[in-house]
Amino acid sequence: MPKIAILKFPGTNCDEDVLKSLREVGREVRAEIVWHKDFRLADGWDAVIVPGGFSYGDWLRAGAIAARSRAVLELPEAAIKSVPVLGICNGFQILVEAGLLRGAFLPNESGRFICRWVRLRVDNPKGPWLSLAKNGDELHMPIAHGEGRYYIEESDYKSITSSSPLIRYLPNDNLNGSSYDIAGVGTEDGYVLGVMPHPERAVNPLLTPRGFKPGGEVIFRSILYSLKSGW
Amino acid sequence: MGLYRVVAVVSYRRGLKDPEAETIYRDLILRHGYSAVKEVRVGKQFTLLVEAESPERAVNYVKEICDKLMIYNPVIHELYVTIHA
Repeated sequence: MPKIAILKFPGTNCDEDVLKSLREVGREVRAEIVWHKDFRLADGWDAVIVPGGFSYGDWLRAGAIAARSRAVLELPEAAIKSVPVLGICNGFQILVEAGLLRGAFLPNESGRFICRWVRLRVDNPKGPWLSLAKNGDELHMPIAHGEGRYYIEESDYKSITSSSPLIRYLPNDNLNGSSYDIAGVGTEDGYVLGVMPHPERAVNPLLTPRGFKPGGEVIFRSILYSLKSGW
Repeated sequence: MGLYRVVAVVSYRRGLKDPEAETIYRDLILRHGYSAVKEVRVGKQFTLLVEAESPERAVNYVKEICDKLMIYNPVIHELYVTIHA
């Protein structure tokens, strides 16, 4: 049975939702919430999820302090060992701050915290987190962030646009002013993926507003499928 | 050895939209007629009390901290380090 670690820092608050979503999507999974100080990659984790919240109160910059924690400093090794890593919202910010994914985050262009359901498009799905998604799939999920304006330099963007998985806001749904409508980005092989919207809040149809579909489910189904059957 | 107060200021790089600074400029400063002000940028200030052999060493020590621990992110920020008089 695959073992998935859900990393928890002081201020992480989406860990329980991620755990519940994984269990809702698949029974054959051992997912555990792991306090960052107790996390050891060598404990045989098959995948790691860094969930959302406000690690260290978003002090300095969202994700900046957690990115220098011992647990996160172990994650580049996960990439080498081909252990998939997913960062959601604050988790995405942590992975970017740690240099596992390109780019940077700025406060939303409007200067406000935004909590809304948005429409997204999957480009170039690759790797374990998107193995069941198809190119051009439209996914719906909510965003909830104050520092979600993804920024990437043009030269960096050009180097990832054709090779790496990208999740984009549909043009009218880029509410925070992200460069190139980017809502999520992966490494070239897709082992490491970061997404600003919350897939764990978009799994259950009962909790999905009218006009939207639960678009987060495919990410959790993909990882469970990938860990079982490869990708 | 002496104790030096070193100030590090981190602000957004020029050209990046800075909504807080824009609002302060437009809705506070210009609205109250201070039209000699041509630009406002907002940043975060860190004051570190550092033990060092000289003021230059204290400044370099703080610059190293800012680089290595990413107190600022060079992709989006500018860093200004100075000694407090």
